[in-house]
Amino acid sequence: MSDMTDTVKISTKNVDVFYGDNHAINDVSVDILHNTVTAFIGPSGCGKSTFLRCLNRMNDTIDSCKITGDLLMDGEDIYAKSVDPVQLRAKVGMVFQKPNPFPKSIFDNVAYGPRIHGLVGNKTDLEEVVEKSLRRAAIWKEVKDRLHAPGTSLSGGQQQRLCIARAIATAPEVLLMDEPASALDPIATAQIEELIDELRHNYSVVIVTHSMQQAARVSQKTAFFHLGDMVEYGDTSTIFTNPVDQRTQDYITGRFG
Amino acid sequence: MTKGRHIVSAFDDDLITVQAKISEMGGLVEVLLSEALEALKNRDAELAQAVILKDKQMDAMEIGLEELATQIIALRQPMAQDLRVLLSAIKIASTLERIGDLAKNIARRAIYLSEAKPVKISHSIVHMGQETLRQLSEVLDAHSQRNAELAVDIWNRDVEIDEMYNAIFREVVTYMMEDSRMIGLGSQLLFVAKNLERIGDHTTHISEMIYYVVKGEPLGDDRPKGEPIGLGVSPF
Repeated sequence: MSDMTDTVKISTKNVDVFYGDNHAINDVSVDILHNTVTAFIGPSGCGKSTFLRCLNRMNDTIDSCKITGDLLMDGEDIYAKSVDPVQLRAKVGMVFQKPNPFPKSIFDNVAYGPRIHGLVGNKTDLEEVVEKSLRRAAIWKEVKDRLHAPGTSLSGGQQQRLCIARAIATAPEVLLMDEPASALDPIATAQIEELIDELRHNYSVVIVTHSMQQAARVSQKTAFFHLGDMVEYGDTSTIFTNPVDQRTQDYITGRFG
Repeated sequence: MTKGRHIVSAFDDDLITVQAKISEMGGLVEVLLSEALEALKNRDAELAQAVILKDKQMDAMEIGLEELATQIIALRQPMAQDLRVLLSAIKIASTLERIGDLAKNIARRAIYLSEAKPVKISHSIVHMGQETLRQLSEVLDAHSQRNAELAVDIWNRDVEIDEMYNAIFREVVTYMMEDSRMIGLGSQLLFVAKNLERIGDHTTHISEMIYYVVKGEPLGDDRPKGEPIGLGVSPF
């Protein structure tokens, strides 16, 4: 397995985001490294989800949203006119806070992406992609005998892993996760965290989480956001043991306010 | 020192309790050492016996602090400086307990020495003891103030205690060479001096813990140290 840690997958420079008059992100520059889990932490409303959503242009759907600055993936401008957001999102997959399987079978949930993006030639290939994705999402054993049952018939933790399988079925290069385990019990959370660690060998993972323990457990790099600023970015082990900025220290030790 | 209070105020109460328990242990160990030295100086076997009994409290206090710190770590998942405060509290408590043991050992030897004939060298040892006690008191102050600069200063000054120890060592060995009847007594005195020198080293360890709590990084290992013991004494 090639180790490309330290190479920059997504580079962002001087990014500002406005929702109408509301200045949500203020001059943020941060690099998302290859084969690395990057955690965004910070109090509610600090801009971490907004910033995450900039990385695959999820904010395009909000009319009042204006983004300035440089966002490059592999050196290519994510916001260039020539970039098709749908293609972009196949490369930069996303998993949300609440599991949101399509009202389709387990199989079709995973097969949906490869089908619409024309990634597979025939039925055998498609079945292979579905199985591989479900295996990588650590849910194959639980669903292999009921692939045609509705995705919504699964438990919450299983649904979230199904959504992760769906996200990785299009062979993305980056996976964005917005609070992927906040609705799950501790066992399902541990399974998701184990999975994130697995995924990092092939993808860059960016995770937004309110659980600092979770950020500490799964990530190698951590960025702390506060009031739209990115206050501090560094090795997770440093951020949680000896942060430089007083605001980071106050937040992670539970002293904010 | 981290500014501000925790949102969960019971967490602050916990940390304050830890700090108070360290201060309490520190206070007791100061008494132990000071009384052991007093017993040595005044050839007071009764006081020495009291020190030996009092040391038992140190053990109980160390266990209590360790339990409290473990409980806070398990229940509150402290981060950054809070975590360092708790980890170093456990280490400082164990260091103080060891200093207590050394003070107790000095008291034991003070009982023996109180029964032997007085020797001039005891004064140098008591003087060394007072210097050791002073540095110990200072390091306890540095701890309650979270004063890394003072801690480093004490850390650097341990070399003075090392030098006193070396001087005493040479002197006692000379006495023993001159008069073999002094060997028993001289050995006791050397053990007392060695115990004091060890207390000095433990004091620097507390300095290192204070530095770590405040700065978040280790103080390092290139502390000025006295020349190796026995140097300058002819090997018979």
